[in-house]
Amino acid sequence: MEAGVAITREDVLHVARLARLEIPADQVEEVQGQLSAILEAVGKVSELDLSDVEPTSHPLDVVNAWAEDEPRPSLSREEALANAPDPSEGAFRVPAVGS
Amino acid sequence: MTGWEPVVGLEIHIQLKTQTKMFCRCENVWGEGPNTRTCPVCLAHPGTLPVPNGRAIEWAVKLGLALGCEVAERSVFHRKNYFYPDLPKGYQISQYDEPLCTAGRFAVPGSGGDHEIGIVRAHLEEDAAKTVHVGGKAGRISGAAHSLVDFNRGGTPLVEIVTEPDLHSPEEARRFLQLLRQTVVELGISDAEMEKGSLRCDANVSVRREGEEGLRTKTELKNMNSFKFVGDGIAAEVARQIEVYESGGEVGQETLHFDPASGRISSLRSKEEAHDYRYFPEPDLVPVEPPAALVERMRAEIGELPAARIRRLEGELDFDLSYGLVASGRDELYERVPGERRAVANVVMNQLAATGAHPGRVNAEELGKLIEARDRIPRATFDEALTAAGEPGFTAERYLAEEAVTDASELDPVIERVLAANGSQVAAYRSGKEGLLGFFVGQVMRETQGKANPKVVNERLRERLGA
Amino acid sequence: MIDTLRLTAEDAAGLLKRKEVSSEELTRAYRASIAERDPELHAYLHVTESADGDGVPIALKDVITTKGVPTTAASRILEGYVPVFDSTVAACCKDAGLPLLGKTNLDEFAMGSSTENSGFGPTRNPWDPERVPGGSSGGSAAAVAGGLAPWALGSDTGGSIKQPASLCGLVGLRPTYGTVSRYGIVAFASSLDQVGPLTKTVRDSALLMQVISGADPRDSTTVELPQPIELPEAEDLRGLRIGIPRELNEAEGMEPGVKQSVDAAIRLAEELGAEVGETRLPRSVEFGLACYYLIAPAEASANLARYDGVRFGHRAQVDGDLTELYERTRWEGFGDEPKRRIMLGTYALSAGYYEAYYGQAQKVRTVIKDEFAAAFRDFDLLVSPTSPTVAFRLGEKAENPLAMYLSDVLTIPPNMAGLPGLSIPCGLSEGLPVGLQLIGPQFSENALFRAGHALERAFAFDYVPERLR
Repeated sequence: MEAGVAITREDVLHVARLARLEIPADQVEEVQGQLSAILEAVGKVSELDLSDVEPTSHPLDVVNAWAEDEPRPSLSREEALANAPDPSEGAFRVPAVGS
Repeated sequence: MTGWEPVVGLEIHIQLKTQTKMFCRCENVWGEGPNTRTCPVCLAHPGTLPVPNGRAIEWAVKLGLALGCEVAERSVFHRKNYFYPDLPKGYQISQYDEPLCTAGRFAVPGSGGDHEIGIVRAHLEEDAAKTVHVGGKAGRISGAAHSLVDFNRGGTPLVEIVTEPDLHSPEEARRFLQLLRQTVVELGISDAEMEKGSLRCDANVSVRREGEEGLRTKTELKNMNSFKFVGDGIAAEVARQIEVYESGGEVGQETLHFDPASGRISSLRSKEEAHDYRYFPEPDLVPVEPPAALVERMRAEIGELPAARIRRLEGELDFDLSYGLVASGRDELYERVPGERRAVANVVMNQLAATGAHPGRVNAEELGKLIEARDRIPRATFDEALTAAGEPGFTAERYLAEEAVTDASELDPVIERVLAANGSQVAAYRSGKEGLLGFFVGQVMRETQGKANPKVVNERLRERLGA
Repeated sequence: MIDTLRLTAEDAAGLLKRKEVSSEELTRAYRASIAERDPELHAYLHVTESADGDGVPIALKDVITTKGVPTTAASRILEGYVPVFDSTVAACCKDAGLPLLGKTNLDEFAMGSSTENSGFGPTRNPWDPERVPGGSSGGSAAAVAGGLAPWALGSDTGGSIKQPASLCGLVGLRPTYGTVSRYGIVAFASSLDQVGPLTKTVRDSALLMQVISGADPRDSTTVELPQPIELPEAEDLRGLRIGIPRELNEAEGMEPGVKQSVDAAIRLAEELGAEVGETRLPRSVEFGLACYYLIAPAEASANLARYDGVRFGHRAQVDGDLTELYERTRWEGFGDEPKRRIMLGTYALSAGYYEAYYGQAQKVRTVIKDEFAAAFRDFDLLVSPTSPTVAFRLGEKAENPLAMYLSDVLTIPPNMAGLPGLSIPCGLSEGLPVGLQLIGPQFSENALFRAGHALERAFAFDYVPERLR
């Protein structure tokens, strides 16, 4: 897929769905316009032929960072749930999954 | 099923029994109260960062080596993005195109030779949390149902193993999984208990005409939670697909659930949109480049693997017994118990297993004595002895001693022989020298190589001499 | 009488050491300044009522998690969130005895260059309240420039320390990626985010770096600095080779007053003994912005997925199912800019577009790294303006995201390469501060501080805003 191709209304709705954002119907067009303008600008990266270039996902050349398998204290249940919007029975309550 | 060949690949998840979770140092334990083993990291509080568990990396390498994999020189964690309440960060840290272990071969011995199953990859990732569905009636909103999320399990280290579609029958799949489980247990890296969910298995199933090249559309059979269900589920799905093709239909790509109670297959996510996980390299973690010393240390820790042991035991037993002993983890005891091999194998594999005695706690020497004597002592006594075989301080002596007690028919001829050979002493006894009783007892004991019960011998002698 | 506008952190530490003033008195003086001027500036989102420590008090950008003190990242989605743990840098400040004055305003989730994107209202520039302080660490910059804190910590992803430092006449250090822990820093773009000091002087910056830098076992991406941070004493630049990347000094949209100030600063550097020469970073500047606006939103789209109304933060009132709860919570809780970047990043990572956008941007990042590495074969440091403009008016760029993104065109390229950068004030244009950006190779903080200190002395810039003197 080429970069810099204009984003369609369907693309906007698909992306919003993937990102779990509920765009009100009357704002889809505005979002589409803004994203299109930005995508056109960032699509500039496709002007370079970089087929021989390795990607950089990290600015430092560090490898092998890990910790010993030694337990540290956990939070108390009260602390774990302290910021929960809907705590219930020592757990985090949400609308039923899979419904 | 004639004319059709099942084509099955497995995706297996194994929870590692490390002390701590994959990316934080909360205790990795099972069965604690909800949300008592969490921290800001595994609750995905803002700003928290993952730090990999070094032991989990080592164990994944160890497992990869046991599966005949190549350990990658460089391996990278990726973010797999999707929303679900059991996934606190909104992404799972997993591995994608640079897994820790690749290109393995795992031999499953069969009676007609080894069957090699290709291992595509074995990679590390973190487990999701546990959600429990609660009915709605008591809820805040009338009729609304809820789920409760417990993050204790969230972040448990998992190794995901993906096989090539090299399995061609439900039985083969089941055997592969059993042997894999036994391997993992022996490596000491997981309990691998399907019932507890520390070993989970999904199957990719398709069928094709015998001799047909290429693969047809596969379906994904989710979370079968016992070895039996893996076999039954695959068998049911294979049958379903054959029926679809034979009635002129097409198999569609979908995710399925097998209900062991009804034996029926149902579709899991018909409505759900196609997944787009947007994998990208996890910027909070740096690459893993397993040092040669680590890999060699893990290789050195691996003992003789089950497949090799099955082949070795086949030198003295038939295939089924060898396989059964190794796949059940009973071969270790079998090898420790002295005696005739087939007899030992049968007892260890069948009768001892039936008693529930833990093989690791059995005194092998004493069990050997029992087995040697098993045709000479009553069945009930033998079973009683086996039941007690796993208890601390168990010895065979008491049970062997019962040989004579209940078996007077064996003891009486010996007594007759002793009395006949010592006519003068018999006469002396009968004339009042009752102190000679000990002499007779000693003679009988010598004749029976000490296995007679002195008390019974005493009684029988008094009876015979008094007559 | 403590002059909070003029007192440096180093001087404050001297007062404390000589027991001429107590930490409580210092803190009280800053609280008084906050009470006086923060209603106008709105530098703070939260001011503490009490804080422990016997050192020089500090303000922390509200992306820095503080145990028991609200932390919102200036987002409604985190309204009411009170962390149960400390970020590593907050813990470092506590360990050093620095009392916490409060949490400073920012562009929501550090996404912006003006602090107008805050979910709780904008911050104003102490030099001119009609103008922005820059961003995203605008609250920290305004607090220090306005005498509401002796020093502060900000965070920098695309320029969020250097640019507000420039617009507020302060010293701002973006450290080498990996030298300051990100544990507990509300994440925007993980491979770019770095915490750093906003201070009145270069020596204050070095002092604060001593407090916060170092490898952290809770952040796998941290490393130890090869040499400890030293307090700079240098008064000249003899032996220093300074490169002037042409593209960074002639960028589109650069104000003439900014260019003049920076050119004058470069001449002064030569007078101080530096060897100055031209160098090139053609692709870094031409493609840096596009590269950044793919990588940062992509990482952000994942980093902001945890705000789902389940474990903390805002939760929408819905009667419907889980998907509705997620979608409503996130639409209500996030402001426009985070939503825009989440969607942009989601798109750049989605099936069919990954290679063209995110994959290609990662390769551009390699190109940028290589260009800087080449420039550092000939030069010890590179110099450019920090921002193409001085502080702009509130609302001036608010309607045009792309125009706002251009504010960071000069700070983004070195950030993409993980390089440290120091912005120091080098003069005024139209009565507003101009910042000079010094860029060094990875781990060159000491060299940046030495050069910055010598230049700072030569510039003799008065960091107290003219209208407040």
